[in-house]
Amino acid sequence: MFNSHSTSKNHLAPILVDNISLELNNRLLINGISCQINAKGISVIMGPNGAGKSLFMRCLHGLATPNSGQIFYAEKPLSPDIQKQQSMVFQSPTILRRTVLANMLFVARQRGQLNPKTSIEYLAQVQLEHLAQHPARLLSGGEKQRLALARALITRPTILFLDEATSNLDPTSTETIEKNLQLVDQQGTKIILVTHDIGQAKRLADDVLFLNRGILTEHGPARSFFKSPASAAAKSYLAGQLVL
Amino acid sequence: MTIYSESFFAAFNLLATADKDLVEILYLSINVSLLSLALSCFLGLPIGAILAIRQFPMRNLLVGIFNAMMGLPPVVVGLLVYLHLSRSGPFGWLGLLYTPEAMIIAQMILITPIIIALSCQVLEDLNEDYKDFFSSLVVPKRTALVAYIVDARYSLLTVVLAGFGRAISEVGAVIIVGGNIDHLTRVMTTAIALETSKGELELALALGFILLGISLAVNFFAQWLKATAKRRAYV
Amino acid sequence: MAILKLTIITIFGLTAFANAGIAETAILVQSTTSTKNSGLYNHILPIFKHDTGITVNVVAVGTGAAIKNAMNCDGDVLLVHSRKRENNFVAKGYAKRRYDLMYNDYVIVGPVKDPANIVGMNDAVAALKKIANTNSKFASRGDSSGTDSKEKSLWESTGVNQIAHSGHWYRETGSGMGTTLNTAVGMGAYTLSDRASWRTHANKADFKIMVEGDKRLFNPYGVMLIDKTRCPNVNSIAGKAFIDWLISEKGQTTIAAHRFAGKQLFFPNTK
Repeated sequence: MFNSHSTSKNHLAPILVDNISLELNNRLLINGISCQINAKGISVIMGPNGAGKSLFMRCLHGLATPNSGQIFYAEKPLSPDIQKQQSMVFQSPTILRRTVLANMLFVARQRGQLNPKTSIEYLAQVQLEHLAQHPARLLSGGEKQRLALARALITRPTILFLDEATSNLDPTSTETIEKNLQLVDQQGTKIILVTHDIGQAKRLADDVLFLNRGILTEHGPARSFFKSPASAAAKSYLAGQLVL
Repeated sequence: MTIYSESFFAAFNLLATADKDLVEILYLSINVSLLSLALSCFLGLPIGAILAIRQFPMRNLLVGIFNAMMGLPPVVVGLLVYLHLSRSGPFGWLGLLYTPEAMIIAQMILITPIIIALSCQVLEDLNEDYKDFFSSLVVPKRTALVAYIVDARYSLLTVVLAGFGRAISEVGAVIIVGGNIDHLTRVMTTAIALETSKGELELALALGFILLGISLAVNFFAQWLKATAKRRAYV
Repeated sequence: MAILKLTIITIFGLTAFANAGIAETAILVQSTTSTKNSGLYNHILPIFKHDTGITVNVVAVGTGAAIKNAMNCDGDVLLVHSRKRENNFVAKGYAKRRYDLMYNDYVIVGPVKDPANIVGMNDAVAALKKIANTNSKFASRGDSSGTDSKEKSLWESTGVNQIAHSGHWYRETGSGMGTTLNTAVGMGAYTLSDRASWRTHANKADFKIMVEGDKRLFNPYGVMLIDKTRCPNVNSIAGKAFIDWLISEKGQTTIAAHRFAGKQLFFPNTK
């Protein structure tokens, strides 16, 4: 079923971040980030706690607005129309107080996807179809996150954001989610994910953006990043040291 | 206290014999309360939801006003409605004074602020949970509004119950605008007031017991519904 | 205001439980608690309805409130007991004329302990003086009803400025007759009541009639058709039919036939 995804050129690319800064309560949380993110592949945002990873991703998706600077998708500034072609999976997913299937249908309806069969198919993709009629809030943490992923995928996003979506999950759920990510990646969906899991980053990343104290200190291909990180902060982060 | 047993017996007797007047009064009480409740919810829930999920200038002022209006004195509301619906008032041409419709209007004015203020509180909590997801999904405002009310339905049940409790037990407003007319606008509370004023204290208390019984039944039913919902984590 | 209008229109359509009383001919009588609570209307209205097919709805409040409501055009017929204010109502053009309908009398009731020692007196003014002199508690309606204005005029005759003692031995309840009787019984206070309300009041405890038979305690009731030129909404045909029936021989004998515990409560006196 994923064949229906567009494999043509990503029409939201290139993603251009032009010198964005964001200040909250007199603290500069994003400090002049500029970068260009590839049209395809999996971009992983890494960095120590409080580096501004999640906030940066929220800016990319339009959930937070920078005080200065701009973000362009294919040379157009971020708009609700562009946002609709993106999906985001949060660290702790919001689960509607309904059944699993009703959760799917709610999201599907927002994108004109009215056939319940499609929702069931996407649930099967994350091994949840047997729980379709189950109250969604009674799912385990891993099941909830898989549901959140299925909900994100049914919108057929051009860009998929994941904010530490697999932290604290059981290995099976993490594996299911990673497999799905690799699948949609192959089908041309751009994936941007924040993770603390270095192993996961190594498994998935095509390129890495490393943030420290609101500054983008490094952006390059995954292989070279993991092999020889340029900044001292990234080096010690990868070495498992406390980054101050 | 023999008055309790006597009144209890009288209440039982009235119910057991399905006293014709009692049935009529009960029917009107429930009808008026439910209709005003339904209309108040129809008006109040969306307003409560808008106040809960949207930020706009004067929003906090409005919330404050509705919170204060929860304590509106029924007699004042009754008097205001009377003055508006009186033949010499601006809406006199409608001919609604001393009708069940007038009682519904008065009760709506009493209940709607309760529905608005309490639903706003309930939905604010839900909004904390849902807002990022909805904003990420770019959910249209109207769809979000409906989703909030639907998903908070079991929490809103408590809000609706508070409104029902106010409606069914209120006497100050309905006695002024309804007139406590036999077979036309007499409800449980005005009947209790009447029997008390006639010195028929046992009968008045018996009617009070029946009113209390209705409240208990409604609340137990709601509690059961909510417990079911809780088991399914819908609350 | 737009919302209110919309709501009213919505409700207007929602007459699922619409009362038959609105569809058929119905009139509204602004009247007093004394006539209603004593069961007079329950006795005469079914007979009137049988004779004419007209439904009569009664709003029972104090005479003062009833007259106010009538002046706001919220009624078709006014049936009250305060001669002075009834005449004023007619003089101001709210009714063409007033009809004598019936009468009963007022009584002063009080606890058997009788702290003012007035039991058996037939001079109401002297009895009130004794109540004032002994600082015995007295419950007043204080609601500008017919009974209230009668009581005030009796106090005037005593020369006692009872209002000066309000809150002490003189207690104004601001309520209807029944509630005032309950209050009087509750605190052991004397009070003035019309005989019908007293007889039919269920919560008498140890209270008895203390003073009766003074001709100043006369309590006449009058009935008026609210004038259509003042209040165009008045159903003057049905209203007139009700008054005509009340003052007819049939109406008068029906009033006289109303009994409570075997005793007549109202005495017809149409001339």
